[in-house]
Amino acid sequence: MTFLSFLISGISLGSIYAIIALGYTMVYGIAKMLNFAHGDVIMVGAYICFYATTRFELPAIVGVILAIIVCTVLGIVIERLAYKPLRAAPILAVLITAIGVSYFLQNAALLLWSSNPKVFTSVIPKGNISLFGGQLTIPYVTLVTIVVCIIIMIALVWFTSKTKMGKAMRACSEDKGAAQLMGINVNGTISLTFAIGSGLAAIAGVLLCSAYPTLVPTTGSMPGIKAFTAAVFGGIGSIPGALLGGVLLGIIEIFAKAYISTQLSDAIVFAVLIVVLIVRPAGLLGKQVREKV
Amino acid sequence: MKNRLKNKTTRNNFITYGVVILIYIVMQILTASGSISSTMQGLLVPICAYVVMAISLNLTVGILGELSLGHAGFMSVGAFTGVTAAMALSGRVSSGIVCLIVGMVVGAVFAAIVGFLIGIPVLRLKGDYLAIVTLAFGEIIKGIFNNLYVGIDSNGLHMSLLSDKTDLAEGGKLIIGGPMGLTSIPRYSTFTIGIILVIITLIVVFHLVSSRQGRAIMAVRDNRIAAESIGVNITKYKLMAFTVSAALAGASGTLFAMNYSTIVANKFDFNTSILILVFVVLGGLGNMLGSIIAAAALTILPEALRQFADYRMLVYAIVLILVMLATNNDTFKNFLRRLKPGHKKAADEDGKEAV
Repeated sequence: MTFLSFLISGISLGSIYAIIALGYTMVYGIAKMLNFAHGDVIMVGAYICFYATTRFELPAIVGVILAIIVCTVLGIVIERLAYKPLRAAPILAVLITAIGVSYFLQNAALLLWSSNPKVFTSVIPKGNISLFGGQLTIPYVTLVTIVVCIIIMIALVWFTSKTKMGKAMRACSEDKGAAQLMGINVNGTISLTFAIGSGLAAIAGVLLCSAYPTLVPTTGSMPGIKAFTAAVFGGIGSIPGALLGGVLLGIIEIFAKAYISTQLSDAIVFAVLIVVLIVRPAGLLGKQVREKV
Repeated sequence: MKNRLKNKTTRNNFITYGVVILIYIVMQILTASGSISSTMQGLLVPICAYVVMAISLNLTVGILGELSLGHAGFMSVGAFTGVTAAMALSGRVSSGIVCLIVGMVVGAVFAAIVGFLIGIPVLRLKGDYLAIVTLAFGEIIKGIFNNLYVGIDSNGLHMSLLSDKTDLAEGGKLIIGGPMGLTSIPRYSTFTIGIILVIITLIVVFHLVSSRQGRAIMAVRDNRIAAESIGVNITKYKLMAFTVSAALAGASGTLFAMNYSTIVANKFDFNTSILILVFVVLGGLGNMLGSIIAAAALTILPEALRQFADYRMLVYAIVLILVMLATNNDTFKNFLRRLKPGHKKAADEDGKEAV
């Protein structure tokens, strides 16, 4: 039974990674850039929700919606100001700019909200579900996280395969020039991708802090790095890959913590990643692109 | 000599050496005359260490053309092994300089071995996948050193992982104490040694770049397939550049660590790797003088911004973004050009180039 309970908390943690990884993977797929500031958007989302629910005593659902709106706008603004002027610049220049944005967000948060850790009040009511006569207890927050992740996945897969905007998004990620010739607004589509990614980051932030309630300005960086790892793990650019990578990473992390060593869990997660990438150099579900000479 | 100086690369290399020596002389005069604050004096050795890190990373990113996000990992390996060696030796050898030099050599050798071992599987990957694996490597190194215990007593070195099981005999001392890191490090690093390391690094990198091997490395960067088709052994040259870069980073790690009395593994985390990457990109890929200037300037900048107190890192971030925009965006470049007097001429020249 303990195995099952570890498995479920692993899937739950993995679901959070998967939601963050979706933001990375979508932005990478379309703009071919690693958005290092993504982890900090998570932190901003969590702070907005925290202040909305505690300082202004709004209901939890309003706090979450507010966080999503603020992060979506933030994502669009960041893209417009920092990344759009560098569309034709070398990849490394964009990478450094993204790091600059990440520093900016962290330090702005430090000034606005101070470095004192905030205790995040969970937006999901506390309590457990007992199964098998009390042998297995699952907190509500774990269940809600998994369900939210599944809903987001289904919605995104539907969006990218069925709607016009989603198809435009896929077209842009395949070939921007050709997409533009077909009358697709490439810049608009990239903005939309950033907006969706940042909105998802807000949800991930709220879920992350509901499960692990300490909130500081650097809350987002480590989950950000791990989610980025998850995106690569599953094959960057692939939406189902992000889900698979995230969930696997979460399960490996929880199992490593439970059965091997708490302190070495991060090292184990990254070691598994290296092994996977050596065996499958494009990630689990990534496309192997053959080089033609 | 005169003939050699006509060569542009050789001339640039000599300019770089000259700048480093000039900075050294100026700093020595300033220190002697006491016209330099103690904060700045404390920064001199870290600046040397960061300069060596930036030059060595520039070898990987600029010359080899592979993005590495885990360079601080090699620095960490160098710091921990080098300081352990130096401290093990310090009981037997009285001269601090000798201990430091032996420490740097040991640090460099260990970092080179780790770099080589990591390089074999990893360099098969490309682009962002290589970047993420180097990132993962840095985190693994951090995790291991955070849980490593090393002590020394009359029987030699004792090691254990996860908890302190070193069982030291009487008179033994713990060198690496898990999350406490390296403690009571003798502070042997000096600015002079730092500058000497910078110059050695420059000599190694410049000679590598202008040698047959260096040209092979750059051929791999410019066009892997073309290089392979004319018989360049890609794995060999990639590994060569990667290992040299790791070794230099290891020596720099020892220098850096021996400037402080304690140092923890978390000091060499992802943020440090990124910091060094920022030096390299701001200084210009493949441009060693640029790396030196960027590393020095960006280490001093947060200190110089002290008057802004809480706002300094915010200002740092904004400066970083603006510099990237200014150097890479055409609209922004033109705007800046218009601010300068005599912009018309510059614009004309640009027009000619375009034609």
